Amino acid sequence: MNTNPVHFTLNGKPVKISIEPWTTLLDYLRYHKKLVGTKKGCDHGQCGACTVLVDGNSVNSCLCLLVSLDGKDITTIEGIGTADNLSVEQQIFIEEDAYQCGFCTPGQICSTIAMRNRGEINSEEELKDWMSGNLCRCAAYKNLTKAARRIYKES
Amino acid sequence: MLNIGNKQTRVDGPQKVTGKATYTADIAAPFYHAYVLQSTIACGSITAIDTTAAEAFEGVKAIFTHLNLPERLKNKVDYTDPLAPPGKPFRPFYNNTILYNGQPIALVVAESFEQARYASKLIKVTYEEKKFKGSLAENLKNASADRAPEPAKNRGDFTKAFKNSDYTIIREYRQSRNYHNPMEPHATSVEYNSDGNIVVYDKIQGVASSLKYLKGVFGLGADSVRVKSDFVGGAFGSGLRPQYQLFMATLAALELKHNVQMVMTRAQMFSFGYRPEVIHTMKLGCSKDGTLTALSHKTVGETSTFEDFNETIVDWSGLLYKCDNVNLEYELTPVQSYTPLDMRAPGGVSGVYALECAIDELAHEAGIDPLEFRRKNYVDYDQNENKPFTSKELKACYARCEEVFNWNNRKSLAKTDPHLLLGYGMATGSWEALQQPASVALSMNEMGTFTIKCATADIGTGTYTVMSQIAADKLGVSLDKIKFKLGDTAFPDSPIEGGSWTVSSVGSAVAAICEKFQYRIFDVWKRNNPEYQAVAFEAISFQDAKLKYGSKTFAFTEIMQQASKDELSIAHSEAPADGQDTHSGYAHCCVMVEVTVDKELGIIKVPRLVNVSAAGKIINPKTAENQLLGSMIWGLGMALREEGMVDSRYGRVMNANFAEYHIAVNADIHDIHTEFVEEHDDKVNPLGAKGVGELGIVGLAAAISNAIFDATGKRLRKLPMLLDDVLEV
Repeated sequence: MNTNPVHFTLNGKPVKISIEPWTTLLDYLRYHKKLVGTKKGCDHGQCGACTVLVDGNSVNSCLCLLVSLDGKDITTIEGIGTADNLSVEQQIFIEEDAYQCGFCTPGQICSTIAMRNRGEINSEEELKDWMSGNLCRCAAYKNLTKAARRIYKES
Repeated sequence: MLNIGNKQTRVDGPQKVTGKATYTADIAAPFYHAYVLQSTIACGSITAIDTTAAEAFEGVKAIFTHLNLPERLKNKVDYTDPLAPPGKPFRPFYNNTILYNGQPIALVVAESFEQARYASKLIKVTYEEKKFKGSLAENLKNASADRAPEPAKNRGDFTKAFKNSDYTIIREYRQSRNYHNPMEPHATSVEYNSDGNIVVYDKIQGVASSLKYLKGVFGLGADSVRVKSDFVGGAFGSGLRPQYQLFMATLAALELKHNVQMVMTRAQMFSFGYRPEVIHTMKLGCSKDGTLTALSHKTVGETSTFEDFNETIVDWSGLLYKCDNVNLEYELTPVQSYTPLDMRAPGGVSGVYALECAIDELAHEAGIDPLEFRRKNYVDYDQNENKPFTSKELKACYARCEEVFNWNNRKSLAKTDPHLLLGYGMATGSWEALQQPASVALSMNEMGTFTIKCATADIGTGTYTVMSQIAADKLGVSLDKIKFKLGDTAFPDSPIEGGSWTVSSVGSAVAAICEKFQYRIFDVWKRNNPEYQAVAFEAISFQDAKLKYGSKTFAFTEIMQQASKDELSIAHSEAPADGQDTHSGYAHCCVMVEVTVDKELGIIKVPRLVNVSAAGKIINPKTAENQLLGSMIWGLGMALREEGMVDSRYGRVMNANFAEYHIAVNADIHDIHTEFVEEHDDKVNPLGAKGVGELGIVGLAAAISNAIFDATGKRLRKLPMLLDDVLEV
C-alpha cells in the first residue's frame, strides 16, 4: 500500500508517520490512535461531532485527509483537559448542563474554543450561527448557547 | 442535605466533557470491522449475488449473505424482541426475498472499516423486481382496522351530536415520516473470548432486549453472552428494539471466533424504524358557548408488509377535553418499507397534533379565544377509562403560561418589522406517567460507599445522576458516596428505558432498596448495642452517613464493621402498588408560541416558545428542564423541518443524510423557556414523580401551526410546514 510521510503535533506531542493518503484525520484519531473522544456522527461534514482544533481553528476531522496536515498543530478533546484537571470550557459545560447524551459534546467544546480563538462574534445571532455547525439531536441548544456565551466572554 | 429537587450537575459530566464516556463504537479491542451492503430495490428477490471479487480483496475475512447463513439460524429460531409488534420480525439473510429498499443483503467483514466498505462495492447483485406501491397515499385502499388494535371505546352518539352542533369542522391533517437519528449511529461491538463466550456492547435502550434477541436467534445461553451499554449517544426510541447491526456483529463474531464491530453509517440510520406517516380526519362540533359536543378522530398510519406496527394515536382525542360524544377509529396500511418504530412520545405526538389543530380551528369558528375554549372544556377525569387522574394541575399550567407568555396582551405587541407577519398559537400537551416493575441491588463497602446496580440505561436523560440523588437522600449520605451502575445484563432486571418511566420505575426501586438498607443498618446497630434493643425505627434518623439517635450518632462504617458479608448486600424488586390501576396517570403541559412569517419569502421563525408543565415531583430540575427543552425543540423540528422523503417509485429514502433531512440547529432556537408548576401526587408512584422526556414535544407542532394561521390566515394542515406551503396560494 502506498503511504505518504506527514509530521504534525497531536495534543502537544510531535508525530512523524507515513500513512495511506485516503486516511482522514477522524479515522486516524479513532482507529490508529484510539483517541475515541472525537466522534463519527455522519462522516460527511454535516453534523460536527468530529470537530477538532487544527492550529486553533475548528475543523471537521472527517473531511480532512491526514496527509494534508503537514506541520499543523492538532488538538482533540483529550488534549483539552482531563477529569482530574478540567479545562475552563469543560467546567462550564458541566455547570450549564450543555449536553444530554454527551455524544456531540467533544465537538461542541472544540467549536466554542475555536470561536473564542477567532474572537469575531458580535451578537447572539452570530454566536448561534457559529455553533450551528454542531448538531445536537438531544437539542440542548439553550444550555449550549449559555455555555458558549460564557466561554466567549469569561475565558 | 437534600439532593432530591436540587439542580445537581450530572455525575457523568466529567466523562462526557473529556471524551472519556465510552459509547459502543468507542470500545477498545482489536476488532474486525463489518460493513453492510443494502438492497437497491424495494420488492422482489435476489437472483444472483457474486462475492468473488470482494472475497479476494485485501483484508477481507468473510462475507455473509442469504447463501451462506448458518443452517442453525433457520430452524425454529425466534427473531422477536420484547417490543416486536404483531407479525413476523425481519430476519437478515434468511432468504433471497427483498422486503424493503435498503435491506441488508450482504455483510463484509474485514480487518479495517475502509476495506470492508470498499469490498462491499465489489459485490455484484442481480434482482428480479416486483411491482409495489411505495407510499401511504397509494396504499390507502388497503387500510384496515383489522391490523390495528382497537382504540378506546366510542361513547355517546357522535353522529347525532355532530349534526346538532352549532359549529362544526371537518378537517384532514397529514404528518410526514420522521427518522430518529440520534447523534451516535447504531453500533455493536462484540468481544469474542477464548472460552467462546461473548460480551456484546450494543446501542440499545435496555440491554435485556438485546439479550433476549441474541438468545432467541443464536440460541446462546445466559452464561455465554453478556450485553453491556454504559453510554448511549441518544436514541429517542431507535434503541427500543435491537437493530440489525446487533445481528450482524454477533453473527460475524460467532462464525469467525473473533472480535467484530459494526457501526452504521448515517445513511444506514435511515434503513430501519421511523415515526410513520399518518393521515388524520377530524370532525368536531361545539355549541355557541364553546362546549365541545362531538368529536371524531380517524387515523390511518403506515406499517411494513411484515409487521403491524401500531401506536396509541386517536385515544388522546377522547382524553384531553370533556366530550360526551366521541368516535375513534384507527387503521393501518402496509407499505413496502421497514417497520416503523416508536419515536419520542409515539402516538401522542401524532394524535395531539391533529386534535390541537382541530380544537384551534373550532375555537376560531366559534369566535372564542383558544385558551378560553380549552378551559371551558377542561376535564378532571379520564373519560376513556372512566377513572380519576392521579393528579392533574393543567389549570395551573394554563394560568402560569398565560402569565409568562403575556397571552392576553399578545395582540398589542408592536410589530417591528414591516416584512414580517406576527402570530401566536397555543396547545395542550400530555404524556403517560407509568410505572413498570424494576429490580435493583445495593452493596456497601468498608469506606461507606454504596454501589447500586440496575440493568437500566442512560440515554442522555440523566439516569446516573437522578438515581444517585434519590439514593443519597434516602441513605443520608453525600452524592459522592453513591456509585450507580447500569447497562449490564449481569445487573438486576429493568424495564427498557422508554415511555418516560425510568424515574418512576427504577427510581422507586432505588428509593425502596435504600429504605430497606436503613432497616439493615438499624438491625445491625441494635444487635451490637444491646442497650438500644427497645429503640423503635421511627426514633432514629439517617444523616451525614450516620445513624442518629437522640444526641448520639453512629457512623455507618462503624456499625457495618459488625455486619456479616451477606448483610452488606441486598436486592429488591419494586412493582406498581396494588390498586394503582384505579387511577390514570398523566403529565400535562401548556405551550404557547410566537412565530414570524416573512411576507415575501415565506420563511417561518419561532422567536418565542414557552412551556409550563405539571409533572409531579421533579427530582432534578436541571436535567428535567434540559429534557423538556429538548423535547420542545423536537416539536419545532417536527413542525418546520423534519421530513423523511420517500421516492415511492423505488421505495427509497431520498434524503438519508443530515444535509437534506433537516433537524433543528442552534440558530433555529431563540427565546425558549420551560418551567414546572407544583403538583403533588401520592398515587402515581412512591416518588410522586412523572417523566418529562416526552412531554414537551406533545402539542408543540400544533401550537406552531395555530400560530402560523394567526400570522397568515392560512391553515397548513401538514407537517412539516415549509416556506413554499406558506407561499402557495
